[in-house]
Amino acid sequence: MSADDVAAELRPGMTIGIGGWGSRRKPMALVRAILRSGLTDLTVVSYGGPDVGLLVAAGRVRRVVCGFVTLDSIPLEPHFRLGRQAGAIELTELDEGMLHWGLLAAAHRLPFLPIRAGLGSDVARVNPDLRTVRSPYPDGEELIAMPALRLDAALIHLNRADAAGNGQYLGPDPYFDDLFCQAADRAFLSCERVVDTAALLAAGPLQSLLVSRAMVDGVVEAPGGAHFTSCVPDYGRDEAFQAEYAASAASPQAWERFRSCYLSGDEAAYQEAARRFADRAVAGT
Amino acid sequence: MRAGDATRAEVCVVACAEAWRGDGAILASPMGLIPGLGARLARLTFAPDLLLSDGEACLLAPDEHTIEGWLPFRSVFTVVAAGRRHAMMGAAQLDRYGNQNISCIGDWARPRAQLLGVRGAPGNTVNHPVSYWVPRHTPRVFVDAVDMVCGIGYDRAAGGAGRFHDLRVVVTNLAVLDFATPDHAMRLRSVHPGVTVADVVAATGFPLAAADQVPATRLPTPAELRLIRGRLDPGGLREKELA
Repeated sequence: MSADDVAAELRPGMTIGIGGWGSRRKPMALVRAILRSGLTDLTVVSYGGPDVGLLVAAGRVRRVVCGFVTLDSIPLEPHFRLGRQAGAIELTELDEGMLHWGLLAAAHRLPFLPIRAGLGSDVARVNPDLRTVRSPYPDGEELIAMPALRLDAALIHLNRADAAGNGQYLGPDPYFDDLFCQAADRAFLSCERVVDTAALLAAGPLQSLLVSRAMVDGVVEAPGGAHFTSCVPDYGRDEAFQAEYAASAASPQAWERFRSCYLSGDEAAYQEAARRFADRAVAGT
Repeated sequence: MRAGDATRAEVCVVACAEAWRGDGAILASPMGLIPGLGARLARLTFAPDLLLSDGEACLLAPDEHTIEGWLPFRSVFTVVAAGRRHAMMGAAQLDRYGNQNISCIGDWARPRAQLLGVRGAPGNTVNHPVSYWVPRHTPRVFVDAVDMVCGIGYDRAAGGAGRFHDLRVVVTNLAVLDFATPDHAMRLRSVHPGVTVADVVAATGFPLAAADQVPATRLPTPAELRLIRGRLDPGGLREKELA
């Protein structure tokens, strides 16, 4: 299927989990497809990076569920900052480990999982629905009862997959992409290349087969689909383009210029515009 | 090379390194350039068993280029929960009991300045040793009350939250502070050479406990200076973090 086909499967108001971590292996082609669609009012669950920033900048997000939003080499995500400071988005702010535990609980069809993270902190203050649970064993310890973070849909980007949805990561970290898929009612995988099943193990070890076709509802071949975030070993982060993206938060005019230059066409137009940007950067103009 | 030639940044590197002394084979997680240099210096000298990552998912052996292990984020969370880690985090705000804020400044509901978010600070501080690095010691950082408690301080470390809570030191551009007081309020442990107690008190927005005689932070040894300048940071990036 195409990235736009994935966006067409989603509905306004849905809770969408987005894989990757910060500005690393984000399903940006799928995010760009959402930007082209009419989807609004989304709840986005993410180890947040420019996926969150772009969706917030475009006004598609009602609530962000996260422990952070960062561009890694640029620590503060500028569009997320603007959205928060303008009061334009709601936030469920969680410790990173609590987010992991919420996804794990959802994947295991449990109502919650106990965790120590969050005790004593203001995470409890800003999440008034959060409850604690007392161990029924002799230790009697009180812990945070992290509720399941069930997702309507998950979006992830991997290096390789076959057409059936067996997906492979070739970089150093799987992040939580398998868990996002397992916590979701439906999961959509984009990848750099769709290959024959037999070619997967020619590219990496058995352990690199992160998701199986039982966990995935649709596969999109999207070369450059994580751009401008990193997708090693296929490519690293495009730092120059990321800086251009960050600068687009300087003013509404700057955002409009960025949007019209890079986000007004389809994915092929985006990739072409990104190539032209790289050529200009090389030429020093 | 005389140790007396050490710059303030080099004193800070060594003060950060000292935070990991005696920690054994645990994961050192420095956040910031000078803490990173400190952790590496500690491992090259008095804390050889420390584990250090490359900032991604690889653990690097003490030679700093051989990969000795795999530590993706999912495994980091287990290391955190197991307590086998000592992180040195940054802080936009810190109060006298060590409550730390990296999330946002102002009212959380609509902050004046959105920062990183709580990240792993709530979990880190209830699970394993944590220290802090503050490159600019000012009353804007050392405040009476933080706007959003991310890492928890000693006054909140009651019950389950206190079971594994262990704040160690706060290293700044001016001084080393700790919580070695009866009520765990922050205390001035040492001032860096060239800094007075009055300088630190004036730069701190809450009453700071201090002994009558506050010692000076120790200087780098000649061997430590050679490692910092020749091997760990030959480009001198450490000086920029304090600029």
